[in-house]
Amino acid sequence: MRVTTVIIGAGHAGLAMSQCLRTRSIDHVILERGEVAHSWKHERWDSLRLLTPNWLSRLPGYRYEGPDPDGYLTMPETIAFLERYASVTSAPVHPHTEVTSVRTNSNGYHVETTQGEWEARAVVLATGACNKAHVPPLAAAMPDGMASVTSQDYRNPGQIAPGGVLVVGASASGTQIAEELQRSGHAVTIAVGEHIRAPRVYRGRDIKWWMDAAGVLDDPYDEVDDLNRARHVPSLQLAGSAERRTVDLNHLGALGVRMVGRLVGFADGKAQFSGSLPNQCALSDLKMNRLLDRIDAWATEHGLDGAVDPPHRFEPTLVPHDLPIALDLRQAGIRTVMWATGYRPDYSWLEVPVLDRKGRIRHDGGVAAAPGLYVIGLPFLRRRKSSLIDGAGADAQDLSEHLARTLDGDAVATASD
Amino acid sequence: MSTTKSPVDNGVNVEHLLTARQALTETPAGAKFKWRAKCEWVNGTHSKTTVEDFFGLGEEQKHKRTHTFESDHPEIFASEDNGATPVEIVLAALAGCLTAGIAAVAQNREIQLHSVTATLEAPMDVQGILGIDSDVRNGFDGIKVTYDIKADASPDEIKAIVAQSQKRSAVYDVITNPTNVTVEVRKV
Repeated sequence: MRVTTVIIGAGHAGLAMSQCLRTRSIDHVILERGEVAHSWKHERWDSLRLLTPNWLSRLPGYRYEGPDPDGYLTMPETIAFLERYASVTSAPVHPHTEVTSVRTNSNGYHVETTQGEWEARAVVLATGACNKAHVPPLAAAMPDGMASVTSQDYRNPGQIAPGGVLVVGASASGTQIAEELQRSGHAVTIAVGEHIRAPRVYRGRDIKWWMDAAGVLDDPYDEVDDLNRARHVPSLQLAGSAERRTVDLNHLGALGVRMVGRLVGFADGKAQFSGSLPNQCALSDLKMNRLLDRIDAWATEHGLDGAVDPPHRFEPTLVPHDLPIALDLRQAGIRTVMWATGYRPDYSWLEVPVLDRKGRIRHDGGVAAAPGLYVIGLPFLRRRKSSLIDGAGADAQDLSEHLARTLDGDAVATASD
Repeated sequence: MSTTKSPVDNGVNVEHLLTARQALTETPAGAKFKWRAKCEWVNGTHSKTTVEDFFGLGEEQKHKRTHTFESDHPEIFASEDNGATPVEIVLAALAGCLTAGIAAVAQNREIQLHSVTATLEAPMDVQGILGIDSDVRNGFDGIKVTYDIKADASPDEIKAIVAQSQKRSAVYDVITNPTNVTVEVRKV
């Protein structure tokens, strides 16, 4: 089968791209291994809500218009939101069509799937950044008899054996799961490496409201100091909840969660932790305060100071004095290790030589290092909000414009042959 | 000199470092270094360690001259105190590494330093090394580093420089994280 553009993945980014291509009358299909919003349906825990407030769920030609703009969509709501988007935009989704290979041919790309083959002039990878839970190699030395669960396999506390849990990782997934398990009666220890602290609410407004209003979310990819680092910083320690709770380390500490340094290995049945926790917390507090400084400056500049709560700073992260650097997990009553150590994309089916030595796609703002190949939905792809639902729209606009120009260029080249 | 100088000068050639960083990003093999030291027992607890050559940027390298470290123990351990105790040299290494990082980070952030002083203290229960109590570890209970810094920057900017220096410090990493150590013995 022949089509101008193949989009791989029917999540928010693929659907946004589809809508932009439709507006430009570029014919395309979306190949989806499962159904619309597959990852949200099958690879998230039950209590998860979006980390962004509902009003920020904006996509090209579509937005949240429900009764609770300041709330956070649950997973079923997120799935329904995206299914409705696919439906109102008549997105040409081919469900249950898993791509098994993409390679170049003389006219562009040859795409093989479990449901047949496609020839396309352009391919957009919208498969997301979170295909596989990343578990560090040191997990191989975990003591026997310990259950091992990843944030991707985790659904709810009922799945976890009675007893203590070591949660490894303190970004959005790790802190939320640690909170849920501690509240359900598991004694939780959380191993904390690099993390980004953020309050849910600042000066009476959602932190994402500030970041959106002050332009933080729009910071462009070609103006940040260290793009490679910006693309790989951990997710903000945020959670979506009805009470708009801040789920930072001080909150977890108050619930009784025990904090330890970054997990660095297992030796003689003991888990070993880095002695760097005080600095990790100092770095995170300083970074949070720089964000709040930027917000305060913006608020003053825009005359908001009288209209919102006054500026303030949060208590520094309380680092326990007697941090263990080793822990006999069994003696400490720990039965389960929960890996909340990030996710990686899966490009095992991509046979176009655009990956770097670390298996990451080489691209300039989503324009991959092969003509007609695009990627969307990765952290800081084109702007800080690129990984958010709200970021897909602007990225899809930019990339569809580039794609259209590339196709025109092809047409001119063909005509002049 | 006709070169234009940045008004901030901490004596760190950041441009050179950034060029090297870019070059090593493109050719990661050049980033593989090997550090070496040679130690000769003198007498009693007195030893002399020298460093001279190392491997880096794909080839053998040499210090400008051979550097020597005398180590010994103080007289209360019935030694002659010909040099610092090895654990004090560890503190010196940590302070040297963090302070170098502070200068480099400050330069990169265009912050002029006027004085940087580190004071280090590391408690240790010597019942461990003396084999009195096997529950006591040999090493430090912890290390406390206090920096007094005079610089043209806000307190938070100065804290951020020190935090960033820890984040990028080799010795800080060596001390805070486990390292495999292999000791081989050859009879001569």
